[in-house]
Amino acid sequence: MIHAAVLALALLWSAPAFAVEPGEVLADPALEARARDISRELRCLVCQNQSIDDSNADLARDLRVLVRERLKAGDSDREVIRFVVARYGDFVLLDPPFQPSTLLLWAGPALVLLGGAAGIAVWFRRRTRNADEPAPLSADERRRLEALTADSGGDKAGGA
Amino acid sequence: MRLRPAFLVPLAAFAALAAVFGAYLWQVGVGGKSISELPSALVGRPAPDFALPPIEGEGTALSTADLKGKVSLVNVFASWCPPCRVEHPMLMRLARDGVPIFGINYKDRPEDAKKFLAELGDPYRAIGADRTGRAAIDWGVYGYPETFVVDRDGIVRHRHVGPIMPHDLETRILPLLKALGR
Repeated sequence: MIHAAVLALALLWSAPAFAVEPGEVLADPALEARARDISRELRCLVCQNQSIDDSNADLARDLRVLVRERLKAGDSDREVIRFVVARYGDFVLLDPPFQPSTLLLWAGPALVLLGGAAGIAVWFRRRTRNADEPAPLSADERRRLEALTADSGGDKAGGA
Repeated sequence: MRLRPAFLVPLAAFAALAAVFGAYLWQVGVGGKSISELPSALVGRPAPDFALPPIEGEGTALSTADLKGKVSLVNVFASWCPPCRVEHPMLMRLARDGVPIFGINYKDRPEDAKKFLAELGDPYRAIGADRTGRAAIDWGVYGYPETFVVDRDGIVRHRHVGPIMPHDLETRILPLLKALGR
């Protein structure tokens, strides 16, 4: 009983480990919230698949501190992001911007969907057109059909 | 069986995708292209504004102004970075050939940096100590070492991530230095 209580207490107390260190957190909660939001948008360039908010990498920490410094200096969110993009390029954005070089990336799924829809439409139109007069059986098919109906006896056709 | 043209569409789509992925894999596998290497946002733009003190002491040892008027290399290094040791002989060779190389000593202890240079030789015209790593961020550095080729007008022309190997020197850096009129 006591063990269970201790375990439950330990589990309740243990917060998930965050990369953001206590010393980095800004005193102003509103500013800190903006910093967290911006950090989640920026890629850690060392790990490349984590945001700087999630990453423990040294460079990620430096960038988190930098983001907070820019915010304290009065930059808007957009200005902070532009500051980082000017140094590390669009790759630093986890949400890639919509621009000529990313056109295929953004429009790709829609293009595939349209292509698929067009294919289905063509297929349906052809099927309804063909439904009026089914294609006659070929000589080969006729022979197989006769063989099947002959030896199935009283069973239903195609039962096997 | 008669092959209808519509039947060929998925096959063609598959073949096209296979060709694209195959070409990329070939570049990585045979061509030695790095999949994690990023394009620099700086190439084609002026070198960032920065001013760094020397490894130990006051005043400015390296700033943007030093890069003007010559074709030079800017090398970001640290004594704690093993690949920096690997590329060091290449830098020494370039320096012997008269290429101006400027160093940004990244987050290093002065005594360690000095030991590193005493041990392996000092190819740098000037070294700025970037103890906070801020100047490196201004250069868009994300891995160490990194080397930039800067032209006479102070425009960054090339960025090399990781150690400069003899192959990189021959195929990329030396031809570029020559093209820039060094």
